[in-house]
Amino acid sequence: MTFTDKLKTNPTALWSGVVLIACALIALPFALAMAGTTWVRVTNLAILFTLLALGLNIVVGFAGLLDLGYIAFYGVGAYVYALLASPQFNLHLPFWVILPIGALAACVFGVLLGAPTLKLRGDYLAIVTLGFGEIVRIFFNNLSQPVNITNGPQGISRIDPFTIGSFSFSQNEVLLGLNFSGPIKYYYLLLLVLIAVIVINLRLEDSRIGRAWQAIREDEVAAQAMGINTTRIKLLAFAMGASFGGVAGGMFAAMQGFISPESFVLVESVMVLSMVVLGGMGNIWGVIVGALLLSFVPELLRHTVDPLQRSLFGRLIVEPEVVRMLLFGLALMLMMLFRPAGLWPSKVRQRELADE
Amino acid sequence: MEIFLQQLINGLTLGSVYAVVALGYTMVYGIIQLINFAHGEVVMIGAMVAFSVIGWLAANTALPPLVIVLIGTLAAIPACVGVGYALEIFAYRRLRHAPRLAPLITAIGASIVLQQVAMMIWSRNPLGFPQIIPNTVYHLEGATITLVQIAIIVTSVLLMVGLTLVVYRTRLGVAMRATSQNAHIAGLMGVNVNQIIAATFMIGAALAAVAGVMVGSYYGIAHYTMGSLLGLKAFCAAVLGGIGNLAGAMLGGMLLGIVEALGAGYIGDFTNNVFGSNYQDVFAFLVLIGVLVFRPSGLLGERIGERA
Amino acid sequence: MNESRILAIGSALVVVLSGCGKNEPAPAPKADAAQELIVKIGHAAPLTGGIAHLGKDNENGARLAIEEANARNIVIDGKKVKFELLAEDDEEKPDRGPIIAQKFIDAKVAGVVGHLNSGVSIPASTVYAQAGIPMVTGSSTNPKLTEQGLKNVFRTVGRDDQQGPAIASYLATEYKPKLVAVIDDATAYGEGLGNEVEKTLTAAGIKVLPREKGSKDTRDWKAVLTKIKGKKPDAVFYGGMDATAGPLLKQGRELGIKVVFAFGDGACTNTMKDLAGDAAEGFVCSQAGIPVQAASSKFLADYKAKFNAEPIQYSPFTYDSTHVLIAAMQKANSADPAKYLPELAKISHNGASGKIEFDEKGDRKNAEMTIFMMKNGKIEPLAIIKGGASVKYEDFIKSAAATPAAPAVTAPEKK
Repeated sequence: MTFTDKLKTNPTALWSGVVLIACALIALPFALAMAGTTWVRVTNLAILFTLLALGLNIVVGFAGLLDLGYIAFYGVGAYVYALLASPQFNLHLPFWVILPIGALAACVFGVLLGAPTLKLRGDYLAIVTLGFGEIVRIFFNNLSQPVNITNGPQGISRIDPFTIGSFSFSQNEVLLGLNFSGPIKYYYLLLLVLIAVIVINLRLEDSRIGRAWQAIREDEVAAQAMGINTTRIKLLAFAMGASFGGVAGGMFAAMQGFISPESFVLVESVMVLSMVVLGGMGNIWGVIVGALLLSFVPELLRHTVDPLQRSLFGRLIVEPEVVRMLLFGLALMLMMLFRPAGLWPSKVRQRELADE
Repeated sequence: MEIFLQQLINGLTLGSVYAVVALGYTMVYGIIQLINFAHGEVVMIGAMVAFSVIGWLAANTALPPLVIVLIGTLAAIPACVGVGYALEIFAYRRLRHAPRLAPLITAIGASIVLQQVAMMIWSRNPLGFPQIIPNTVYHLEGATITLVQIAIIVTSVLLMVGLTLVVYRTRLGVAMRATSQNAHIAGLMGVNVNQIIAATFMIGAALAAVAGVMVGSYYGIAHYTMGSLLGLKAFCAAVLGGIGNLAGAMLGGMLLGIVEALGAGYIGDFTNNVFGSNYQDVFAFLVLIGVLVFRPSGLLGERIGERA
Repeated sequence: MNESRILAIGSALVVVLSGCGKNEPAPAPKADAAQELIVKIGHAAPLTGGIAHLGKDNENGARLAIEEANARNIVIDGKKVKFELLAEDDEEKPDRGPIIAQKFIDAKVAGVVGHLNSGVSIPASTVYAQAGIPMVTGSSTNPKLTEQGLKNVFRTVGRDDQQGPAIASYLATEYKPKLVAVIDDATAYGEGLGNEVEKTLTAAGIKVLPREKGSKDTRDWKAVLTKIKGKKPDAVFYGGMDATAGPLLKQGRELGIKVVFAFGDGACTNTMKDLAGDAAEGFVCSQAGIPVQAASSKFLADYKAKFNAEPIQYSPFTYDSTHVLIAAMQKANSADPAKYLPELAKISHNGASGKIEFDEKGDRKNAEMTIFMMKNGKIEPLAIIKGGASVKYEDFIKSAAATPAAPAVTAPEKK
């Protein structure tokens, strides 16, 4: 049942639940801030990765196109923002102008990636998208000569934060007796963007385009026979998925104030793909859960592994970073062995895998 | 001219390494249509085990260097074979019929685990691979070629020939080819499919072990992250040649190595230093994409029609 | 997902949130009843990854300083002070820098020693600046760090625009090359250093080949080296770390490139011997400070006794950075960053690495650069370059012995 159908059956329970969740989400940053502003920053990064996972979900989950270079679009969005709002070219455009430009640029890159890959089957598509991601990153890392565009490995720093008039998103302010730190302000903005993206995704899923994607995913030849223009639909999948990455990238650049090619490596693409697959490919809510889980759990581990080892063994045997990566790898393997459809699979996937 | 010859020699050596690793990828893919992303880490494990064994033998015994290297390689092979077998049984066996992404994610998880375990055992510092065989340099028309380079090229060719013989002249090979064409029917014909698949993984892993020793000796360095980039490039080589195809893997590997060497050497001159050797990897990927656009199944890949 | 599930999720979230406030309350340096003041100092460096051994070395230096300070029972503002070191791993990643910075700020540290990599220190420094926390680095050499105009950033090592010219002019005077090849590893550090070297060489009238680049993981340098060989340079300079410099040197010799190879501090370690074997003999390299061997003998002895290992490279500088923070706090008689920051800017401190004073940008005044050569498998200092003038190492040691080896820390002052 879709969200709107559920609204009609039992509105009271649904709406009270929604109101409760809304209150919790609004109060969340202040609760986290009590434990330290770090946690608000971690939450912001988690939301960014959720945006990325939702974008990748369109490509991988809806349209069934294996993309191992998704982080390139994140990078494009981030660099577009950085180039238009930093001392690099001395341009300081406002963010509501830059973010759409970033999304558009990412779209263009999405089409650039999609165009040569239309005829490729699954595994070949994977390697080409991977190569594309690496090519984009290498360009970021090397476009400092002969013309300095991206400042190479040194990255671009002192990127403008979001500002509306004199209201800056990076300064602390006290409103209504509450301390709104920079990260908290970004949190609310990110939350709004996330909700918008979720709504767009939900509508897309049930639209003609969404169904066309599903058709292509299930059986491309049959879809073509049914009159679907597979070229157009596939390119649309890449472009739309990329645009979400572009927006997320722009916000990332503003929040951090500094970007470098190091943030857009292959490992990150793999991370986003893992979030989608672990969460439940094709299912928007599953993907969100996957993204949040894979963003928060490593951070929690970082904080708890050290004291835990000390209390259990009296000293640090294995560094938190190593434990974190080990657990991550094991989690990926075990999840695929026991729940290959993901934590919260879409109904279609479940049927697919149950039949085998 | 001597520079060109030198680059060619560099490229051939690099390509030989890629080819041996690519063979492992392609064999597994040919049999079960699975990309074993953890293959690069198996190479790394081979290099690390050989590093430890060779180091210990060199320090504590007076055996001749060639024997030490041989023993090191022979020690690395069972280690890698064990890892390969474990991967097959624990990670991939259950996922043979799952959608394509599941074994991919498992492979990625496995490679992460292998890397971390290697880091815990061998520490995170770059380790100097013991250079005990005197690395004589031969001169050839102004270019140099070292003993290690010759050894690598020769070993690769021997391995490729050996593998081809196994696949096309032995019963095991017949069973492997049958399984790769249609596992179900092969099973009906009396082939123990599980065993054959396990054997394929093991042969691939043995190749990886030798490749690990080659890489370690050639660059003189072993590190727990050395497997990922190498695995990626070798995988590209396998795809370039047509994945699933043995000759394709060899061709792809050699081609990729030469393209990289010549690219790094000459891109700068051709583009007037706008694009220099730092774009070497881009060049390699672009060649790959270019080939795939015109021949979507790789250079020697079969033109399979879309399976409905 | 049905309605009751939404309700359940909502209630669960609310419950979790109310409990959330209790975990990890931000600790603060408050005096307890026994009139003790706990002052936290943060240290960040990569403890995992390719240069984890250097990160640990840095941390050890800071830790040694903290222990010494605690043993002296310092009193600030009438209260006995206990110093604590908060050590974090920044994984060499630029985006971990700001996160660790935020963590330190939340934990209310009084100052930070770190980071190690310039690429991580630079983004982290802006976060520290926003919170007003002083940051003293013992190993970040990129000039940009102190060119940002932040008042809270200091460094006890030299800068790459001092180090680059130092090794470049040494190369020019000793080897008199007419053509030099410069390679870098396309990282912020390597590229920056390569640029400085190229600038100095060109200014001295030496021709420099177009830049060749690798990456921080490059092992196969044959293609690049073959290309360079064809151009016949008289010297080769590489900006990068030892993990990639070792293979570079080894393969260069294998290809028959016989000219001198020069490196920066990233490759100026004894690990080069393991990685390049016999090819490592005779390369030159620079470090952005005095050599470890020239650090005060007290520091060397204490380090060896506590950690049962030799200091590797920058631990004397992190040791001094920590002591400089503590000395400033003593001078200002307060651990409040706002109060002791001005004292830090004008401090004059005799440390394990010599006399430390900061200029108006936060750089160390008259920082020394050391030129090394690898002889018989170990790097040996050849000369010290200070203020543009080059002094042979033996003479430097003699003159240092003439001025009495200063105590490691200034005596506590009472205000």
